[in-house]
Amino acid sequence: MQRIMRIRKFKLVHYLILTIWAFIVLFPVWTMIANSFKKQLDIFRNPFAPPAPLRLDGYIYVLRDSDFLRYCWNTVLIVGITIFLTLLTGSLAAFALANWKGKFSKFLYLFFLAGIMIPIRLGTINIFQIIRGLGLMGSMYSLIPIYVAWGLPIAVFVLTTFIQELPRELMEVAAIDGASRLRIYYSIILPLIRPALGTVAILNLVNIWNDIWFPLIFNLKESHRTLLLGVTYFFGTYQTDWTKVLVVLTLSTVPILTLYILMSRQFIKGLTAGAIKG
Amino acid sequence: MIHRAKKRWWKEHWFYFTIPALIIYVWFMAFPLLNSMRLSFYTGTGLVPTEFVGLKNYVELFTNPLYKDRLVGALKNTLILFAICMGIQNTLGLMFANMLSGRLRGAAVYRTIIFLPATISVLVTGFLWKLILNPHWGAVNYLLVNLGFDQFYGYPWLGKPETAMIMVGLITAWQWVGIPTMIFLAGLQGISEDLLEAAAIDGASGTQIFWRIKLPLLTPVMGIVSILTFVGNFNAFDIVFAMTNARGAPEYSTDIMGTLFYRVGIAGEHPVAEPNMGIGASIATVIFFILFVGVSLWLISRERAAKNS
Repeated sequence: MQRIMRIRKFKLVHYLILTIWAFIVLFPVWTMIANSFKKQLDIFRNPFAPPAPLRLDGYIYVLRDSDFLRYCWNTVLIVGITIFLTLLTGSLAAFALANWKGKFSKFLYLFFLAGIMIPIRLGTINIFQIIRGLGLMGSMYSLIPIYVAWGLPIAVFVLTTFIQELPRELMEVAAIDGASRLRIYYSIILPLIRPALGTVAILNLVNIWNDIWFPLIFNLKESHRTLLLGVTYFFGTYQTDWTKVLVVLTLSTVPILTLYILMSRQFIKGLTAGAIKG
Repeated sequence: MIHRAKKRWWKEHWFYFTIPALIIYVWFMAFPLLNSMRLSFYTGTGLVPTEFVGLKNYVELFTNPLYKDRLVGALKNTLILFAICMGIQNTLGLMFANMLSGRLRGAAVYRTIIFLPATISVLVTGFLWKLILNPHWGAVNYLLVNLGFDQFYGYPWLGKPETAMIMVGLITAWQWVGIPTMIFLAGLQGISEDLLEAAAIDGASGTQIFWRIKLPLLTPVMGIVSILTFVGNFNAFDIVFAMTNARGAPEYSTDIMGTLFYRVGIAGEHPVAEPNMGIGASIATVIFFILFVGVSLWLISRERAAKNS
């Protein structure tokens, strides 16, 4: 009986600590969203009060009179193309590396894995020159090959591991029946590895959506700015207008945050896998 | 016939499937990484350094006060960041994981909340906290003053060299604590229930079970978390860029390896407004070397531990 009491008390402390932390996490996010619906003076007067009356001025301004939506579209476009290419090339390579038995295959696999622990940013000096040489400086399309290369090591790792765990007979039987490899890839492998593709896609989505380094380095021209690069400029220009700043921050965060709340399990799995990697 | 088909399946013509991935990966990642290291031996005023100078960039970096002081400062600040992340972020992560692994109602909700900041961009996190920490209008000082701590009225958290780096570290910890939490949680779930139950039946308290059973079994996981933090910190840039600026204000007190690399190699270091790609490349190589040593030490200690057990 005493033991049970002790455990209860223990749990109470756990709840208390976790709730305090939940507050520390949610409070800044809440102030960001709530204050974006207020007038500047009301933010200063009481940053904690809920927005009443709800003011949409900031939103109307940012969405109508600035290039915010264009930056948003640029990011969606880049993210979409990048994820598609990463999944396509990554799954083809993983399909091969999971089945191919040989020394060279092992070497290639390790070669890809090496990219997991080495930050791609360390190659920036030369990447800068390569992009310049291709005449892509200032263009948002310069980001695509960089992001695909960045995402490939983890994609190859996650997908190869996943394919290796599939029953081998599946592929053997199909091969004996005379199905070509491409056909096996397309009609057997791809449908089966969908969960792993989802993991890789989420990881890439978050990484690319949130990247500021390469857009900054490539000095994207105004019409090609990504969302976060846009946020950087807005933050500079609106600095003293907190409502607008908070609107921009809220709008750039809400899409990912909404997805996260809808599929938090997959997000946590994907991002943790992305962190652990090897 | 079947045997041959099977054999062919495992051996032949797989290389073609790896070609698209290989091309992109080599062209835009592996090759630039190696080539950047090569460029650290070159100098030149153009965008591509052409003149071979051997180790001169490194000598410059390690001895010219213009670079040396910055390098030492950035190294020191990056290690402060690492210390804060290890001491606060990873300790909290371990604690949260331990709490969440028990049969706790609503664990899924807490897990979702703890992990939430990891999905927000570092830049937005930085900007947001910069507003919250604003000396005059920010919510933190508002709260502190209203709670009666008048000495914090107008205190510039990010404007004082003594507190700026600590704040950057705390915000980093705030953002990433979900990752170690989830890794430790996975590690804890791998510990056999029978073992924990047996200990509980023998009368061990929750604290004892944590320190004597769970913690020793989590040693390999701690290694993974530490090395991830280490690599992450030496790769950090965005948080400082957003909260203070790429110059590591105030007085370079938040200048870390990432911002130093950016300034020297890309943006141009004060007072020279031109980027020095050769020295930039040598800074990247120094970072690479530090990471290489860190990761190697981790791998060696992991091998040793595996052999001993």
